[in-house]
Amino acid sequence: MTTTTHRAWVYGDNVNTDVIFPGKYTYTVREPEQIARHALEDLDADFASNVQSGDVIVAGRNWGCGSSREQAVTALKYCGVRVIIAQAFSGLYFRNCINQGIHPILCPPDFNKSIKTGDTVLIDYAKGVISANGETFNIPPLSPTVRHILSAGGLVAMLKARSG
Amino acid sequence: MTGYTFAEKALGRAAGGLTVRAGEVVDVTPDLVFSHDNTAAIRRIFQDEIGATTIKHPERVAFTLDHAVPAPTTRHAQNHAEIREWVRQQNVAHFFEVGRGICHQVISEEGLILPGELIFGSDSHTTHFGWLGAFGMAVGRTEMAALWLTGQIWLQVPRALRIWLDGRPQPYTTAKDVALHILGRYGADGGQYRSVEFAGNAITHLSLSERAVLTNMMAEFGAMNAYMPPDDAVFDYLQPHQERDYTPLYPDADAVYDETHHIDISALTPQIARPHRPDNVVALDEVAGTPVQQAFIGTCTNGRYEDLCAAAEILRGQRARIRLIVIPASSHVLEQAARSGVLADLISAGATISTPGCGPCMGNHMGVPAPDEATISTGNRNFRGRMGTREADIYLSNPYVVAASAITGRITDPQEVL
Ligand code: SF4
Repeated sequence: MTTTTHRAWVYGDNVNTDVIFPGKYTYTVREPEQIARHALEDLDADFASNVQSGDVIVAGRNWGCGSSREQAVTALKYCGVRVIIAQAFSGLYFRNCINQGIHPILCPPDFNKSIKTGDTVLIDYAKGVISANGETFNIPPLSPTVRHILSAGGLVAMLKARSG
Repeated sequence: MTGYTFAEKALGRAAGGLTVRAGEVVDVTPDLVFSHDNTAAIRRIFQDEIGATTIKHPERVAFTLDHAVPAPTTRHAQNHAEIREWVRQQNVAHFFEVGRGICHQVISEEGLILPGELIFGSDSHTTHFGWLGAFGMAVGRTEMAALWLTGQIWLQVPRALRIWLDGRPQPYTTAKDVALHILGRYGADGGQYRSVEFAGNAITHLSLSERAVLTNMMAEFGAMNAYMPPDDAVFDYLQPHQERDYTPLYPDADAVYDETHHIDISALTPQIARPHRPDNVVALDEVAGTPVQQAFIGTCTNGRYEDLCAAAEILRGQRARIRLIVIPASSHVLEQAARSGVLADLISAGATISTPGCGPCMGNHMGVPAPDEATISTGNRNFRGRMGTREADIYLSNPYVVAASAITGRITDPQEVL
């Protein structure tokens, strides 16, 4: 009963923040809900209109490379994505995820090749494992601070709780 | 078991003496954090959004007023006033008033950060402090507010990239040209989120000022931090200021690097970044002759005494034909140039001198161009709109080239005006 069920959106290597949230909108689109409408616009035109709350991203190497823009996390967050699974993240994207309360999970190589968009991903936080299509791996541990930020829902929320 | 990079050692130290490896997430405690004119905005996040009241370690906090100084408008003045009030309320240990200079330069001069230490700044060029062998990293405003509150932050230890420098520069070719060459050759994301660790025999021959140019410009390379192995020149520089002991850190010979780029400095000639990207780099002769209407010598990249001397060497006995704006990076630089006569040489050549600080670097004031004008600058960024209007062109180069171009009104090889 600790297992949660998620629908996967599967992508490849080196997906950059420009295709996650196009640079041309950075100064004109500011509200999070509006930002979310452009999520993955230049990579997967189906995503923004079909994504549902609780869906997860499964990607390859270097997810979120390129510009450090935080909107590339905001866009997915306001689509209801709470977990992004990738073989590797760009460091800045990883950082932006944590600070906005999104859980970035490192997966083994080729996990994104063993499943396809629409498949079900099972996450068992209590056991710390993820499985899909018969493949299972452990969720890599996070530092206590990072866990704390995530469980609070992001950096500002965490600090608010701490100082309140 | 392979050895450790500088980043692994420095962040292991800042995590309380742990052994850490690239990719691991650690909680680190910096030795100093700083912000500048954006301090008032951070205070609003700290008090209004988070609801916090007290900075945990005011003795490890520094503020500089440098981005728009002296205040060009009432609004800027109010911003500065708010920051002064915050300094009083929180007993912030290190506050530098209008005119003292640019954050990176001032904190270096004051010896507030030492080899092996960790510093965070809410300014993208915090990579600068690598010239001292320190770990300097930029953070966002929310993260700076978090640092005020808790004194700690989490980090993912970066992978490292090594840049191996050999050779000595040709005349009128400087560390700025090395930095521009690196950007041009490997692209603006060539060092993304990595620790860019310089090595090689050339480093001992670089002046401290030149080392700072290289680590400063690695912000344009996407680096998380940059590093130069500190030597006696650094230790001697710090000796009069330092108030605590330190242990310099050096990467192990068998540390793991993603890659090593080898650069032979002696093969380089002056480089120019054309509009509108710092990695849009060509050799000087490809753009020589391009008309420019303004020349600017200053910024945290090239506003030090050595840069003013370089400009004076070219300008002595000559006359600038276009607007020549010189802004020393700090009051110490200004004072040194005044005492040595370099300032008088620049003024005789037609330069106008402004208050130490960022000046027109990011388009605030004190030398912003008109639309359709071109500026040749010793700064680090030439993005569209950087100096205030998106219709203006910015070329980046070393101070010799800026001075020579000021004499002719077009981009000029220094050898041509001697
Ligand atoms: S001089 Fe320019 S680049 Fe340096 S801190 Fe000031 S605004 Fe930033």
